[in-house]
Amino acid sequence: MIAEIGQFVLILALVLAGVQATLPLWGAARGHSALMVLADRTAIGQAAALLIAFAALTHGFVTSDFSLTVVFQNSHSLKPMLYKVSGVWGNHEGSMLLWVLVLALFSAAVALFGRNLPPSLKARVLAVQAMIGVGFLAFIIFTSNPFARLSPAPLDGTGLNPLLQDPGLAFHPPLLYLGYVGFSMAFSFAVAALIEGRVDAAWARWVRPWTLAAWTFLTAGIALGSWWAYYELGWGGWWFWDPVENASFMPWLFGTALLHSAIVVEKRDALKSWTILLAILTFSMSLLGTFLVRSGVLTSVHAFATDPERGIFILAILALTIGIALTLFAIRAPGMKGGGLFAPVSREGALIANNMLLTVAAGTVLLGTLYPLILEAVSGGTAKVSVGPPFFNATFGPIMVPLVIMMAIGPLLAWKRGTLKTAAHKLIPAAIAAILAITVTFILVPDGPGLAPLAMGLAAWLAAGTIAEWAGRIKLFAIPVPESWRRLKGLPRATSGMTLAHLGLAIMIVGITGSSAWRTELITTLVPGESAQGAGHTVTLSAITQGRGPNYNYERASLLITDKGREITTLTTERRFFPIAGQTTTEAGIYTTILSDLYGVIGERGRTPDTSNAWTVRFFVNPLVPWIWLGAMVMVFGGSLSLTDRRHRVGAPRRAATPGAASQPNPAAAE
Amino acid sequence: MTKLLSSLLLVAAFAATPLAPAQAVNPDEVLDDPVLEARAREISAELRCVVCQNQSIDDSDAEIARDLRLLVRERLVAGDNDEQVVSYIVARYGDFVLLRPPWQPNTYMLWAGPPLMAILIATLAVIFFRTYQRQRNAGLGPDPLSPHDRAELDALVERIAATTEPGNGPTTRFRAELAEGLTPPPPDTTDETEDNQADAEQGDTRS
Amino acid sequence: MHRLIVILPVALFAGLIGVMVALLTDSERNSDLSRLPSPLIGKPAPAFDLPAVAESVPGGFSTRDLKGQVSVVNVFASWCVPCLAEHPMISQLAGQGVAVYGINHRDKPDAATNWLGRHGNPYIAVGADLDARASLDWGVTGVPETFIIDANGVIAYKHVGPVTKDVLNKKILPKLREAEGG
Repeated sequence: MIAEIGQFVLILALVLAGVQATLPLWGAARGHSALMVLADRTAIGQAAALLIAFAALTHGFVTSDFSLTVVFQNSHSLKPMLYKVSGVWGNHEGSMLLWVLVLALFSAAVALFGRNLPPSLKARVLAVQAMIGVGFLAFIIFTSNPFARLSPAPLDGTGLNPLLQDPGLAFHPPLLYLGYVGFSMAFSFAVAALIEGRVDAAWARWVRPWTLAAWTFLTAGIALGSWWAYYELGWGGWWFWDPVENASFMPWLFGTALLHSAIVVEKRDALKSWTILLAILTFSMSLLGTFLVRSGVLTSVHAFATDPERGIFILAILALTIGIALTLFAIRAPGMKGGGLFAPVSREGALIANNMLLTVAAGTVLLGTLYPLILEAVSGGTAKVSVGPPFFNATFGPIMVPLVIMMAIGPLLAWKRGTLKTAAHKLIPAAIAAILAITVTFILVPDGPGLAPLAMGLAAWLAAGTIAEWAGRIKLFAIPVPESWRRLKGLPRATSGMTLAHLGLAIMIVGITGSSAWRTELITTLVPGESAQGAGHTVTLSAITQGRGPNYNYERASLLITDKGREITTLTTERRFFPIAGQTTTEAGIYTTILSDLYGVIGERGRTPDTSNAWTVRFFVNPLVPWIWLGAMVMVFGGSLSLTDRRHRVGAPRRAATPGAASQPNPAAAE
Repeated sequence: MTKLLSSLLLVAAFAATPLAPAQAVNPDEVLDDPVLEARAREISAELRCVVCQNQSIDDSDAEIARDLRLLVRERLVAGDNDEQVVSYIVARYGDFVLLRPPWQPNTYMLWAGPPLMAILIATLAVIFFRTYQRQRNAGLGPDPLSPHDRAELDALVERIAATTEPGNGPTTRFRAELAEGLTPPPPDTTDETEDNQADAEQGDTRS
Repeated sequence: MHRLIVILPVALFAGLIGVMVALLTDSERNSDLSRLPSPLIGKPAPAFDLPAVAESVPGGFSTRDLKGQVSVVNVFASWCVPCLAEHPMISQLAGQGVAVYGINHRDKPDAATNWLGRHGNPYIAVGADLDARASLDWGVTGVPETFIIDANGVIAYKHVGPVTKDVLNKKILPKLREAEGG
């Protein structure tokens, strides 16, 4: 019964989206205000309907209603409650439902909090959002119905992939979707502006908070995913340049560029058509990602693809949505004249440089991800190449170097017309820090990869440059400290947000460098009680125990880690066997310090006859790896802080507005 | 294997992370000579596990990945150099195994793509700033007004100027602003501190 | 100039959609795994010398045996389900007088012997490739795979995945005739 309600509200949402996609648009064109206001109601109605649908599906999972096909295929009565709930989005149908729910929630947020938007712009934004909604709701209802029933109902389900039964991964998809579906707002604003034929500073001001919110969620989502890969996949890798990862990284790169170019639109009324294009591209990458991972085009040699019907359907949505937007862009962009002027050497100029580099970076990832597909199609399937991490490392890295160098310089340049001389003066601390970092790294690890000290220097350059810029703002030590403190409190949160986000990247570079340059490992077999030396430590397999978890059996190993006789820690690592899925997973034992992770994993017992009583033990020292996620956290915090800036609030563009009247840019951001 | 992979792919459909537990190199595969072993690891990281979704043989626990890892080590022990080892495997499995695509006609566009994009976008930036230079040289900002409107506005300004004190009146300032190419900020931004003066005085820029 | 630049994104995008449509509507893409031609095609069969699986199974064969007549080399294993599915086709080939050799890929001798006993042994000779080393030289990525070798011992064709009736009639038999004619 509840599932049927879910089914019903899903169709209701489609009808509402259909209304919202058409009438308000017509109303906006004719200046008919009742039709424009209609969009608010339908947007809220749609969000409510989809919340009910989502709740209905969640009910199905929580109560283990195996008469629902998705529940049968992705859940099991013995599964812990957390994973019953996360199972809702741990499958194709449910995750699509979450996708449209997030889309509808963003629309509803515009309807509720976008009071200060011009009515016609608001109506058009909501109509564009609804068009995307129509496409995906139809996709769900016609090809991926989460409420499809099985008759007779099976007694129990087949379970969720054990790898997904992890707290990190339970929350990864919702964050990711809030991120890349959130970019639909920038897209809808862009298309609405193209329809209106008007882009101005106010437009940029409305777009920025939505983009920033989506960016913050996406940053958190990607970081959580890579953290999960790091501790769950059992060898300490955290980024693989996998097409599925790239699918989430491309919107991030374009979204980051968009965040920066929108500043130029807002400040200088320039770069309008470029910013519109970026807004379209950012969400296009989200859609492309959705297409790539669900259509089956990314199959490997021995995996048979599923029914291509779904792929064709999403491709049609993709073609229509992006095709129309880009066509509209081609028609309208030449008419968009820029306003204010600025010199190449200026803050705006630096933001343009940032955009150029980020766009080339995103384009490179896009090309590398799609190239095998393009070549296969063009050659009729007779030519296949693989584009893997070596390609991305060789191309992406060189683009990042000038970007990071620019990141320290840009904020120091004056608006409109700056001089490198003034900036150079302020960059002396950064240069000193960089040289110091290179020297210290070289002394500490003389035999590591040659590029590693340079990367550390780059991180130091960015960190010191960013801090110097921040110190300059509050005139630290140039004026009495209490006075600086007063200035610090007066700093706009958006500014502090930028400082933190840039600092976060510097921290992340340290982590990336450390983990890829100086990783050491010990791979061996040990019988209980035996020790082995390697990776600068002595590893002792002190005990093996067996037991049962809620839906798995485990073999638990204690690894005593010592360094020159001094005990450091005991790592507990598990090998879990899930009988329902017939699959084995590993839980790594990780000991984190600020300088490194000690990472131990227990493997199989008795791989070879002469080691029948021995277990495979892998032990890794991953230097500085925690800095990657620390950096991501700082970036997310910076994004969130910036979001709370009064001037980023959609409802409060004027200083005159009282704080109480200022509304949140979106309700989810406050969570 | 096929079944496991395809079911993994299905579940992977929503996540932004690859979903294969990777515990590749096993103790019994490791060579005694650490130098050779390090070379083996480096070569393995560049060779694709042909039945996997974008995994190198160094990362994959698929059987064929293990076989290829052993083959790499066998060739190294036999005295092959890195290039010979790779071409030995390419001769059997084709270019598809190379995670770093070779430079050949059907990958020219792949490798040339990033530099070409950089050139294209740099050209766009140059055009953008050339326009700036031209307008600056002409001593004018972009003029949002039609010549007719502009003439009218000029006349209006002159009229106002005529009625106000000569010298440091608003006319001069207004003219200077026009010459700077500064369009007055839209009404709802006037309250915001703008630009560098504000930067210097209040430590306040939006960025 | 400006016009051209703003049209570029939509033009590139149209091309991309074309690529995706081509891939998604290509029914062969997912059914025929051998479209990726093996670099071994047109090259002499790799050097190998495999022992017999067991005394009761005729076999042991080497590169030399593949010269002098057109032959089919089928890589199979008792644990491989698609191999069982294609077994009737392989038997049919053998029944037509084609010289069919089997490479028993990473199998237990007992299991292989039982499997051949139960389902029939169409192979002139079976070589046991216990560690899959010979399979690597053949560029095998999984089982089953089927090769056609011409009279000069040169690999003429390779099929990845099970030989279905369709594959047999549309691919294997024509290629065999071609190899015999040439």
